[in-house]
Amino acid sequence: MADYEVPEVKEYAVVPMPKDDVTNHLRPFVAKPEFQEAMGYAGKKVHDDPKEMPEYVLVDGWKEKALDKMGDLLGRYRSLQVFMDSCVKCGACTDKCHYFLGTGDAKNMPVARQDLLRSVYRRYFTFAGKYFPKLVGAKDLTEEVVDDWYSYFHQCSECRRCAVFCPYGIDTAEVTMAAREILAHIGRGQKYANEIIGKVFTIGNNLGLPEKALKNVLEGLEEDVEYDIEVEVKFPLDEKGKDILLVTPSADFFAEPHIDGLIGYAKVFHQTNTSWTLSSIASEAGNFGLFIGSYENMQRISMRVREAALQLGVKRIVYGECGHAWRVGYSFLNTLAGPFDFLDQNYPIPQHICEFTLDKLEKGELTIDKSRNDDKTVTFHDSCNVARGSGMGTEPGGQFTIPRAVIKAVCNNYVDMEKDTIHDATFCCGGGGGLLTDDLMEIRVKGILPRATALINAKEESGVTHMAAICAICKSQFTKVLPYYGFTMDQIVSVHQLVSDAIVLEGQVDPED
Amino acid sequence: MSTLIAAVLVFATLFMIGGIIKKAIQFSKTPAPLKIPVTPAPKSTGGVVLRMAKEVVLFSALFRASKWTWLFGWLFHVSLALAFIRHLRYIIDPEGIFGFMMPVISLWIVQLAGQYAAFGMLIGLGGLLARRFLVARVRYISAPSDYLMLILIMAIAFSGFLMSFVPGFSVDIVQVKLFMLGILSFNLQDLPEGTVLVAHLVLVAILGLVLPISKLLHIPGVFFAPTRNQVDNPREKRHIADWAKPLDKTRENYPELVASREPKAEEA
Ligand code: SF4
Ligand code: SF4
Repeated sequence: MADYEVPEVKEYAVVPMPKDDVTNHLRPFVAKPEFQEAMGYAGKKVHDDPKEMPEYVLVDGWKEKALDKMGDLLGRYRSLQVFMDSCVKCGACTDKCHYFLGTGDAKNMPVARQDLLRSVYRRYFTFAGKYFPKLVGAKDLTEEVVDDWYSYFHQCSECRRCAVFCPYGIDTAEVTMAAREILAHIGRGQKYANEIIGKVFTIGNNLGLPEKALKNVLEGLEEDVEYDIEVEVKFPLDEKGKDILLVTPSADFFAEPHIDGLIGYAKVFHQTNTSWTLSSIASEAGNFGLFIGSYENMQRISMRVREAALQLGVKRIVYGECGHAWRVGYSFLNTLAGPFDFLDQNYPIPQHICEFTLDKLEKGELTIDKSRNDDKTVTFHDSCNVARGSGMGTEPGGQFTIPRAVIKAVCNNYVDMEKDTIHDATFCCGGGGGLLTDDLMEIRVKGILPRATALINAKEESGVTHMAAICAICKSQFTKVLPYYGFTMDQIVSVHQLVSDAIVLEGQVDPED
Repeated sequence: MSTLIAAVLVFATLFMIGGIIKKAIQFSKTPAPLKIPVTPAPKSTGGVVLRMAKEVVLFSALFRASKWTWLFGWLFHVSLALAFIRHLRYIIDPEGIFGFMMPVISLWIVQLAGQYAAFGMLIGLGGLLARRFLVARVRYISAPSDYLMLILIMAIAFSGFLMSFVPGFSVDIVQVKLFMLGILSFNLQDLPEGTVLVAHLVLVAILGLVLPISKLLHIPGVFFAPTRNQVDNPREKRHIADWAKPLDKTRENYPELVASREPKAEEA
């Protein structure tokens, strides 16, 4: 069992005293040089002895390479340049990060995290730091600094909560992405993220589920649903000439409760007579290029969606429930893989499944029996990438109102969690930004603390039984980590699982209870 | 002495203005390759102007984050603005092109507000300084320069306070105005006597010199953060940086995509 303690939940979130080196030891596995090179990065092995544990070191000339890369990124990203220069150390962000609140490690305060990079920036790129390093807190770039980077830039889920509260809009996520990009260029790529990206390029999705396996899964699903409700609900794959291409996280194909969400989308399409298909080339909505701060990789992954839409000849693109995928889809897809002039311009490109479903609900095209969800009191977790990095509908804040409207249309009992833990002040699930890996379990268990506290309060005050989410990573993190805090896995639900439970299809025969 | 002070002031002013302009140019020339406004964000330029105004004038994000920091920070900045306006009377020639501003600046209320702003500045800065010492989190992130900067501005405010409120330290402000206008018209006049006045001016010059090489760059920075100043319309509009254009052209060529276009072999 783990050799760390699950943080104690207090009635109110308590801001810890900052301490040094509490979670310094938490760092992810390093990516193999082969994977690094395939992505245009670098890597170096100490030895080639297959009997020994491999050990990866910084590449030759790492210091110059790191500084060169930093200079390159400063010249290419206004966010980085402005953020490096503008922080006044006001401290407004210091108590806003869930990883600081959960660990008390001083370097998990957003500004302190930025300072790991900023102190080096000052030393090598500013007048004051070159001549008066001590005075302005500038630091030489040493291997120790790189180690700190590797630890603490992998204890940031790029959730942007700090940016909401910073008077200058300084977004630590941008700094983290830049730092990870620098690290990847000197041999410290992260195994989890980089190997997943490798799988997308070779197989088509994060899980490495090949086309045949995918086909089997979908056929199995059709059988299951038919067995359950005696309606033939289709899960089409690679069918040409359909209206909608559904791009959804690959976790939807097999993980719980994700798969129930997928069934929900299929039922909505079925009842509204919408023709749709999945694609084996774009069998992944997720885009880990975002997490590692790589425009090039993010674009290359995004291009799969464009390619699939072209090859299948669809008219529209709809995204399934996935947080960071929706940030990339909403905010970047048009830029990276557009223009989508070959699609139907009467619909948003891409469209979120919640936008789609709400529209159908409002038009009365769905038959809903809300009482089927009466056994639940539901709350909604705003996923960070949806809440602070994207939008829905035509009004600012649609990303908050639309999913809630969907839930309220299919459930009688809905309550929000505490005000400072929802909407754009939402707390990350603790597993976002490329941290959803077993080698970072400890930080995941600690980082969930603020969200867990709010959920426990909602449970105690309003009898909340279920928390719904529209993010594959959130759902995976919650089902795995909330049990540490006394919840069961089935208390986490997909939004479209609630839809699926309440929808009544023509000819549906409910199983006897 | 007068000549030396004048030279220092001129140099510091030029250095400050040049430094800020240089930074602003660097900021504006550096591309922002992706749409990254922190959402919910306005969908129109007008909305963005409003959002920025709220941040720059009211510090609304800071207000949400920490009421104490907001209180002291805002008090300091507003007081600074008032004191600045009061000081304009020293550099505006009533006969010159900015002369039209004089009636407003010399209004009794404007001058009084600018005078009492010294207290606002001192209280605000004192609060920020105390916070730096007392709150462990803020102490942790503070470098020596963060304290010194506050102390520098406090010293400026304090010397100004002495001259305007303590009779023994008062200076001949008519002569100060002649001195300042003299600099601006390249016709140097004497600076009136007064150690505090000299200290006040030298400290201001130091502030001007520090500004473009320090965190005081938040002054241009606040206007350039893409997280705040971008319009939220990525689905409607493509947004491609110059450096990304070549990538945009070659992007159809990824080998795995090309392979996926080939007709699949008939399955057995
Ligand atoms: S809130 Fe912004 S300016 Fe203040 S310390 Fe944090 S990053 Fe720096
Ligand atoms: S982006 Fe999120 S995880 Fe990263 S420092 Fe800010 S609040 Fe913490």
